[in-house]
Amino acid sequence: MVDTDDLLVVEGLEVHFPIRSGVVVDRTVGHVKAVDGVDLRVPRGRTYGLVGESGCGKSTLGRALLRLEQPTAGTVTLDGVDVTRLKGEPLRRLRRRMQMVFQDPLASLDPRQSVQSLMIEPLRVHEPRPAAELVARAAEMLELVGMPRSALAKYPHEFSGGQRQRIGIARAMILNPELVIADEPVSALDVSVQAQVINLLEKLQQEFGLTYIVIAHDLAVVRHISDRVGVMYLGRIVEEADSDRLYAQPLHPYTIALMSAIPIPDPEVEDSRERILLRGDLPSPANPPSGCRFHTRCPYRQPTRCDDEVPRLRVIPGRPGHRVSCHYAEQILDGAVQPAASLVIEAAAG
Amino acid sequence: MSPDEPRPPASGATDTDLVPDIAVATAAGLIQRPPLLVEAMGDVAADEEGTSLWKGALQRLIRNPSAIIGAAIVAAFVLVAIFAPVLAPYEPAGSQWIREITPYSLPPFSPEHPLGLDPFGSDLVTQLIFGARQSLIIGVVSTLLGLVGGAILGGLAGGFGGWVDLVVMRLVDILLSIPSLLLAVSVAAVMGRQPLAIMLAIAAAQVPVFARLLRGSMLAESRKDYVLASVSLGLRRRTITMSHVLPNSLGPVLVQATLSLATAIIEVAALSYLGLGDPDPAVAEWGRMLVKAQDRLQSAPHLTLLPGLCIAITALGFTLLGEALREALDPKSRR
Repeated sequence: MVDTDDLLVVEGLEVHFPIRSGVVVDRTVGHVKAVDGVDLRVPRGRTYGLVGESGCGKSTLGRALLRLEQPTAGTVTLDGVDVTRLKGEPLRRLRRRMQMVFQDPLASLDPRQSVQSLMIEPLRVHEPRPAAELVARAAEMLELVGMPRSALAKYPHEFSGGQRQRIGIARAMILNPELVIADEPVSALDVSVQAQVINLLEKLQQEFGLTYIVIAHDLAVVRHISDRVGVMYLGRIVEEADSDRLYAQPLHPYTIALMSAIPIPDPEVEDSRERILLRGDLPSPANPPSGCRFHTRCPYRQPTRCDDEVPRLRVIPGRPGHRVSCHYAEQILDGAVQPAASLVIEAAAG
Repeated sequence: MSPDEPRPPASGATDTDLVPDIAVATAAGLIQRPPLLVEAMGDVAADEEGTSLWKGALQRLIRNPSAIIGAAIVAAFVLVAIFAPVLAPYEPAGSQWIREITPYSLPPFSPEHPLGLDPFGSDLVTQLIFGARQSLIIGVVSTLLGLVGGAILGGLAGGFGGWVDLVVMRLVDILLSIPSLLLAVSVAAVMGRQPLAIMLAIAAAQVPVFARLLRGSMLAESRKDYVLASVSLGLRRRTITMSHVLPNSLGPVLVQATLSLATAIIEVAALSYLGLGDPDPAVAEWGRMLVKAQDRLQSAPHLTLLPGLCIAITALGFTLLGEALREALDPKSRR
């Protein structure tokens, strides 16, 4: 996979949070391995979708990519610059090239500042110019996201959720970033507004050639917006493929279970589809299971190998670009390994 | 793509993919409402200026009856203090009528002295009016000193964190472990009986409260998403702390300051009562008036009751205002 036009290259990224305890002196008694060895590449101008259930480390990964969280190991390279090594001023100046869109737009906008001062603040820091020019630019940016100029004089709490998210997006885009990480950009919004915001993100991407990483738990949203999708489980990427390929033929048991949970908008097909149940909760990231991390909940689990041997994320023969970390991906693909019958819900009766 | 490339203005109306929210569309003039509907809804477009949180808090404050009562008491108190020389019928602490006082009786109320005389032969009304001055000056100055001192310590701890936080907060803990009245008494005892000492004494007792409050509030604010957003936009840490974290953390501190004013006024009286107040007998002071009238509690109870009532009502005024301010600034009572 040698592609010179990868904007973002991540290698072996780990974010471990120490667990401290102690009455007088804090001791580190363990680590929460929120992100535990992630490699990924995002080509310029493309969208990479990250999916996974709550607590799998996808948000921490997003923040670590932007150095909002200090990675404990690994490298993040943005356009040839190692982001993990930068400090102080160089890091602060680099931040304009990578931005974030947050889940809750009300929480991510300072409630005491008007939209105008929120919008021109990043400009003032990175490209000091006369105030009038900055305001003009802010108004232009607002128009671009479909907000009127009059919004400048108002405060974040005076807008609806969708409008706030537009402001959040405008604020992230005003510095002309190359990489935008959107952490659950629509999950706090009404379904009717979600589509508008997704379309806005796509429009901005086409207009400015942006590179996106979209983090979401909504599989439909990720499918719609992403070129390539990575599925995270307990701090690791367990499967990665081009969007269409992944959704057409998932190979990792976790992805298969996730996909089987998507309802199909056709009553007849819906009635006859198989669903795979995942038992139990996400194991603790402080003490992940041995071998394959998914073996505790895996319906396709095979004796001993799954418990003992950590599967590598490997390309499946005959399926270029489709990487899976499962020992039995090929067997699952050709049907030699079947899920445990007790975990499959057959077509609902009637 | 060059960063300076001019961007084509977006046309939300023609882009079918991008349907703006109705409110946005209306404000931008994309939707024409029928005239009757416009009339019924009021002119939405006229509402161009936004309502900041402070402005909103003020509007809620005005609607709150206890805020109005509190503000009225406080305003009356401040006006009386400022215009004491105009309002008071006589000079304070003049002892002009000392001859009319006997150890066992006071002259009855008269048209010249509606509340009679105090045990030193001064007009009681005059003394009460001038007493407001002393309480206001000492109360406000000591609370301000406490606020500034506490805000600096709390701001340092909350803004820098790490070992600065550790050192500053242990200092504050030491200060806090001393009972506040004892602390005030010690400061007054060390510095002697002068007004500045009293103010410092009361301020010293308030510093830990403000320091802890501001630090806690700043720590809570700096974990919020908008601070993370500011970091990711590449703002300097100084800017983030000063223009985002600090303004958002000030609400509880302001409320505390208003409430502390009430405590400070009571403490001024308490220190005077304990004999640590201003030694100058010419200065009228409610706390001292209480002490001096003590031995006449049976024969002339109004001499104790009236200064006590003044202290209580003033403290009540500030407390009502502070509580109302807290409600107005509380994010949960919003919307």
